[in-house]
Amino acid sequence: MTDLTTLGITAIRDGVRDGQFKAREVAEAFNAKVAGARALNAFLVETPDHALAAADAADAARAAGETLKPLAGVPIGMKDLFATKGVATTAASKILEGFVPPYESTVSQNLWNAGAGMLGKLNLDQFAMGSSNETSAFGNVISPWRRPNDTAPLAPGGSSGGSSTAVSAGLAPGATGTDTGGSIRQPAAFTGISGIKPTYGRCSRWGTIAFASSLDQAGPMARDVRDCAIMLEAMAGFDAKDATSLKLDVPNWEAALSADLKGKKVGVPKEYRVDGMPAEIEALWQQGIDWMRDAGAEIVEVSLPHTKYALPAYYIIAPAEASSNLARYDGVRYGLRDLPEGAGLQDMYAATRAAGFGDEVKRRILIGTYVLSAGFYDAYYTQAQKVRTLIARDFERAFGECDVLLTPTAPSAAFALGEKQADPLAMYLNDVFTVPASLAGLPAMSVPGGLDKDGLPLGLQIIGKALDEQGVLNASLAIEQRAGFTARPQAWW
Amino acid sequence: MSEYRIQGASGEWEVVIGLEVHAQVTSNAKLFSGAATAFGAEPNTQVSLVDAAMPGMLPVPNMECIRQAVRTGMAIDAQINKWSRFDRKNYFYADLPQGYQISQLYHPLVGEGTIEISLDEKNPDGPTKSIGVERIHVEQDAGKLMHDQHPTRSYVDLNRSGVALMEIVSRPDMRSPAEAGAYLRKLRAILRYVGSCDGNMEEGSMRADVNVSVRKPGDEFGTRTETKNVNSVRFVMAAIEYEAKRQVAVLEDGGKIVQETRLFNVESGTTRSMRSKEDAHDYRYFPDPDLLPLELTDAFVEECRASLPELPDAKRRRYEALGLTAYNAGVLTAEVETARWFDGLLDALEGTSAKPAQAANWVAAELFGALNRLGKDITESPVSPAQAAELLALVADGTLSGSLSKQVFEIMLETGDGPSKIVEERGLKQTSDTGAIEAVIAEVLEKNPNQLGQYRAGKEALFGFFVGQTMKAMGGKANPAVVNDLLKKALAG
Repeated sequence: MTDLTTLGITAIRDGVRDGQFKAREVAEAFNAKVAGARALNAFLVETPDHALAAADAADAARAAGETLKPLAGVPIGMKDLFATKGVATTAASKILEGFVPPYESTVSQNLWNAGAGMLGKLNLDQFAMGSSNETSAFGNVISPWRRPNDTAPLAPGGSSGGSSTAVSAGLAPGATGTDTGGSIRQPAAFTGISGIKPTYGRCSRWGTIAFASSLDQAGPMARDVRDCAIMLEAMAGFDAKDATSLKLDVPNWEAALSADLKGKKVGVPKEYRVDGMPAEIEALWQQGIDWMRDAGAEIVEVSLPHTKYALPAYYIIAPAEASSNLARYDGVRYGLRDLPEGAGLQDMYAATRAAGFGDEVKRRILIGTYVLSAGFYDAYYTQAQKVRTLIARDFERAFGECDVLLTPTAPSAAFALGEKQADPLAMYLNDVFTVPASLAGLPAMSVPGGLDKDGLPLGLQIIGKALDEQGVLNASLAIEQRAGFTARPQAWW
Repeated sequence: MSEYRIQGASGEWEVVIGLEVHAQVTSNAKLFSGAATAFGAEPNTQVSLVDAAMPGMLPVPNMECIRQAVRTGMAIDAQINKWSRFDRKNYFYADLPQGYQISQLYHPLVGEGTIEISLDEKNPDGPTKSIGVERIHVEQDAGKLMHDQHPTRSYVDLNRSGVALMEIVSRPDMRSPAEAGAYLRKLRAILRYVGSCDGNMEEGSMRADVNVSVRKPGDEFGTRTETKNVNSVRFVMAAIEYEAKRQVAVLEDGGKIVQETRLFNVESGTTRSMRSKEDAHDYRYFPDPDLLPLELTDAFVEECRASLPELPDAKRRRYEALGLTAYNAGVLTAEVETARWFDGLLDALEGTSAKPAQAANWVAAELFGALNRLGKDITESPVSPAQAAELLALVADGTLSGSLSKQVFEIMLETGDGPSKIVEERGLKQTSDTGAIEAVIAEVLEKNPNQLGQYRAGKEALFGFFVGQTMKAMGGKANPAVVNDLLKKALAG
């Protein structure tokens, strides 16, 4: 019998539906896999019973001859940024340690409604702030990938590092991620899986712990493009509880998947050819261009002139929003409270937040507080918003000439844990290719393109027009079919 | 109203006053959450997950609150901004769960408007003054701290947290406590007519921040202080008076006015410093990224306009046109409930011979007198407008005399019965039967030979005595005009 944990979402869904195996067997197999992979530190909480209950419901529905739900029998991992009713939800921060929400996020509820079960809550960079998972208060996730003959632990990417690790190590066929400046795409690229950030507003933010509200967007991370399409269909949808949610029906992305790009134009933005880009990345990008052409697309060079201002603008806007969004963690109503003997209210705030937030979170709160301060607001925040508008306009113009854009996902393959920790700026540079699409609210996806000289995965990014997830998925599928990426990390854990 | 001046050692000083009124929007639900807004509920029973700022919770604008603010703006002829935006005002306090208040700094919902105040409230047709309103914006209220529940701890009640407020900001156009009082009363009346706020200052649904400065007449504006949260018209006037005198004393002593926030002490009628500009918070206002700009459709704005009731000034002019005295018109329109009652009376008088002016006199004298005696307000009146109209019609058509109508009214107040029924059952109908009246007159003359003699000897003032005796003998039911006629004849002998 096949190892069920080698199957992706599509295969599990179809197999359960067709009676090839029971959903319970699938859940049991993944539960065992999760329990056996604690060395990776991908899960903060394991919820095997949740996965089993959903599986049993799927098996019962099938036995009763009912039409199965879209994700019936599919167990997934849930990034610990989504509030899950009755299950600890921490954003990987001490300030929320032990917090058990009495409510369920819209995205997770949508997944349960679609029949999915939960294997557990996935580790992440604290409050989704980071690109390596090293900012988690509960220890960093370790990538299942290693360089040849080298046991140095590698970064799984961030902030959705628990999600990328769980999927690439076969602990889950799919996982939720959230992407503020690249937090789905960069970890997907680092671990050789696929992940899509949909158009801002496709997935409700209700019940998802906020990092930067105008940028945060949930999306799926899975083994291939089709699996992502299936999972995104379940996650997305209008939600009256989120004022920025798009009042649109969810398209049937899976059904319309097509790798035929005839008549499509693929734009290659020249400004993404940054100084010091490794030759391997450059070569992969060229390979991607060739694959697009092979799929029938016409290649056009386009210009996104304000690209170089995207990263600075992002590191003003995101911390500004975060500094305000995280003000609610004050020790008054829930989460950590540090009340030193004889302390007043201000002392309690200071002690609680000093003890509860990690360094990177504090750094961003400080940056955000600074850029919003009287006298600095116009020079930083207002200016950054103008840049954001210009970047959105860049994309609009470019999409006058092409249907999707092709770029690398990240400027390098996975780096070693600790390698960039001392230099926040070097860490922030990881987001250079992913941040512009976030600022413009556009759908963007990372798909594996190949391996670097050390055998580590590299990703290609497709950016699409607003609401054109289909175009993004289709172009990504064309790459997937041509890249033939089958590499998987060897289990060492 | 003569010009208000403070006499200082160095001459006369003028007071400059601006008011920021916080008016709680009448709505069953809070501004950004579905939670209820009942006053006086048990602590923390009117709190949703959003109001408690639980992780991942999001605000969604309650359009009923927006509608009420727009209608209020229309009622003061203000500009309605079809594009406005919510901003976050960031500060830490235990009664502010989010760590920020959602308000509107940069783009308020309502722009410039004016409120006409009467400078002599006894004479509504007398001189008036236009007070500019700079803006009206909507914002969230905070919760409440309770310091008296525990010896060492403070408790937090979040029932008010998130309740919708309109902040109505006047221009510094007022020059005396009396003008400020007139402005507040007029604003309160408008709010109550519109139905956007109950204007209940005791329950805190309306409170004012009072900005006061002094200057020598003709000089530039002086430095102002802001006295926070004053919760009655009387206290506002007292705070201005105290604060203006204090400022004059400081200035004449060679001191300087510090721009600061002050508190009003209800017991002593004085103000004291709360915090100066130097310790003022840096609120780090920025657009709330959880909310899209608020864009009003033409249909929405039109509905708001169409639903506006007749406002106090228009109503007062209409009443005057109906023949009411300016004083009565002013009294009857000062409170919306009175005006509603009187409008009901006018409707019910349609088709009768009773005149609006007589009806107004009756309401002002008889009804108000009775309500005063009973300690009831007009909404609790035991007599309905329809019953009152019936009574007034009976007087107008000669069925009841003035004194009989008073009797009938007393019985109406006691029994709640209609006047026709009372007249019928108790035989209180006035008679014009000349035969019956002549018989009574003959009796009266016979019983009072002395007075008759004096009268006939030229003491004509005794005519009233004979009228009184006749009416008394007839139980007040004789038509006075007929009595007069017949008496004159009989007395003439």
